Amino acid sequence: MSGPILDVRSLSVSYGKIEAIHALSLEVRPGTIVTVIGPNGAGKSTTLNAVSGLLPSRGTIQFLGRDVSNSEVEDRVEAGLILVPERRELFTGMTVSDNLRLGAYRFRRESHTEMASRLEAVYSTFPRLEERSSQLAGTLSGGERQMLAIGRALMSRPSLLMLDEPSLGLAPLVTREIFRIIAALRRTGVAVLLIEQNARAALEIADYGYVIERGAVVMADKAASLSENPKLIETYLGLPAVH
Amino acid sequence: MNLEIAAFLVQDGMTVGAVYALLAVALVLVFTVTRIIFIPQGEFVSYGALTVVALNTGRTPNTIGLLVVLALLVWMREVWKLARTGFSWRVVNGILRDLAITAGVCAMGYIGASAQVPFAMKALISISIVVLIGTKVYRLVYEPLQSASILVLLIASVGVHLALTGIGLAMFGAEGSRTPPLVDLQANIGALTVTGQSVAIGVAALLAMLALSFFFGRTLEGKALKATAENRLGARLVGIRTVRAGRLALGVAAAIGSASGILLAPLSTIYYDTGFLIGLKGFIAAVIGGMVSYPVAAIGALMIGILESFITFETSSLKDVIVFTLILPVLLYRSLSFRDASQEQSN
Repeated sequence: MSGPILDVRSLSVSYGKIEAIHALSLEVRPGTIVTVIGPNGAGKSTTLNAVSGLLPSRGTIQFLGRDVSNSEVEDRVEAGLILVPERRELFTGMTVSDNLRLGAYRFRRESHTEMASRLEAVYSTFPRLEERSSQLAGTLSGGERQMLAIGRALMSRPSLLMLDEPSLGLAPLVTREIFRIIAALRRTGVAVLLIEQNARAALEIADYGYVIERGAVVMADKAASLSENPKLIETYLGLPAVH
Repeated sequence: MNLEIAAFLVQDGMTVGAVYALLAVALVLVFTVTRIIFIPQGEFVSYGALTVVALNTGRTPNTIGLLVVLALLVWMREVWKLARTGFSWRVVNGILRDLAITAGVCAMGYIGASAQVPFAMKALISISIVVLIGTKVYRLVYEPLQSASILVLLIASVGVHLALTGIGLAMFGAEGSRTPPLVDLQANIGALTVTGQSVAIGVAALLAMLALSFFFGRTLEGKALKATAENRLGARLVGIRTVRAGRLALGVAAAIGSASGILLAPLSTIYYDTGFLIGLKGFIAAVIGGMVSYPVAAIGALMIGILESFITFETSSLKDVIVFTLILPVLLYRSLSFRDASQEQSN
């Protein structure tokens, strides 16, 4: 497919009378990583939540060529639009393997062998999860939880994976590992929409980037060009990347 | 009181306790998945028992009429929703499937009144009718209140309870009924006479618990229900429709309730409002289990049954007073080890 996998046009989101997102447009092409960076409170998470259907919004959201603006969260998940939220939202009282199996809920009518091969694929990406497979998700460390959250999302074979602050609260080494895995996803054909505080790390793995401030896009360019933009370096990239 | 009487009382108490346990489990199920404190659970007991009584005496049960009215209301709302949000195959499919199932069960209700149909089949038909009534009530009353607080849901529950009791009186009349025993057997173990009916209730309760634990522990649908109970947002993000989970929970609760009624009908006369008191005792057991623990609720229910049986023997007029007083120390203990349920929900 040559057109964008996700095409958001004039997205607006309001909390009561306050407009958090104003006429925001962005697109994600197949097999690319797109990042959205910006200061705290710029509306990055709000954008993802609106695209996933958790928040009501105005404007149009086209996913795989279909207008999903009025669909429920569950319908968007069925279509392969998967969000890993900032808080992960794992089933902490259930085992790691049950969490993963539930990730493939949209394929619940498939055979056991299909499920097993899905699990196998996720375990080969995250060997740590296989070691912990019968442990309760609530007993995992922060990094392992993030791996489980991404693993659970991958179980549903997403066409577009939206990650909200995957490095939040994680040790530098774990962050590096997570980013390596996100970068590797591109090879499997999964498109990624990534929101990240760590702008430098995000731009390093991304193909394209949007900078948003106060709910509107103020800059959009190839990731490589953005990392060299003097204004951006001054505002967001002052700190060296975690490596 | 001698040992013989005590043994008889324990047997009696365990039989009733098993029914309370079933209802307690249903209440815990509905609460954990939907946050609804489902007061009308007891109505399913009366509806199930009295529907089977109607079928058994060759009458078409009035519950079919109620089912048709509820179904029409649900479909009207679905069509209205379609008109508002635009055409969707999923919704149309849902309506058509629902129409087919409802029509099928209604037809079974008519056929079930014939004398040639075996009792087990009549019981199954009654359960199916009540299950559909239960899910329709959920769709009409609770689905629009999905994001409401536990208190609002409780108030709605009281309303549904009053409505269903009133409708029950209109459908079944004020007279009570009994059914012949399902299992007409008796065995003497020493001085104790064990009736087939109490064994049947015990076995049914045990089977229901085993089936539920298999469902939650082994099947993806069961785990999806558990996941919804634990984290609604997480469940939605993997594509589990919380509305569907709610309907499923209500359906299972209605099945358990009506089956309990059918099991109980040969033992005691069932009136249109009998279910409420039975359901309330199941509710106390569920509270003992903190509205979340199935095993504690089930054990609590057995204890309530046995206690009630001994109290009835000593002083029958104070039976309910003493049983309901039992909830006070439990609530005291719970309030001392207080954890805010609404806080847990937001996590």
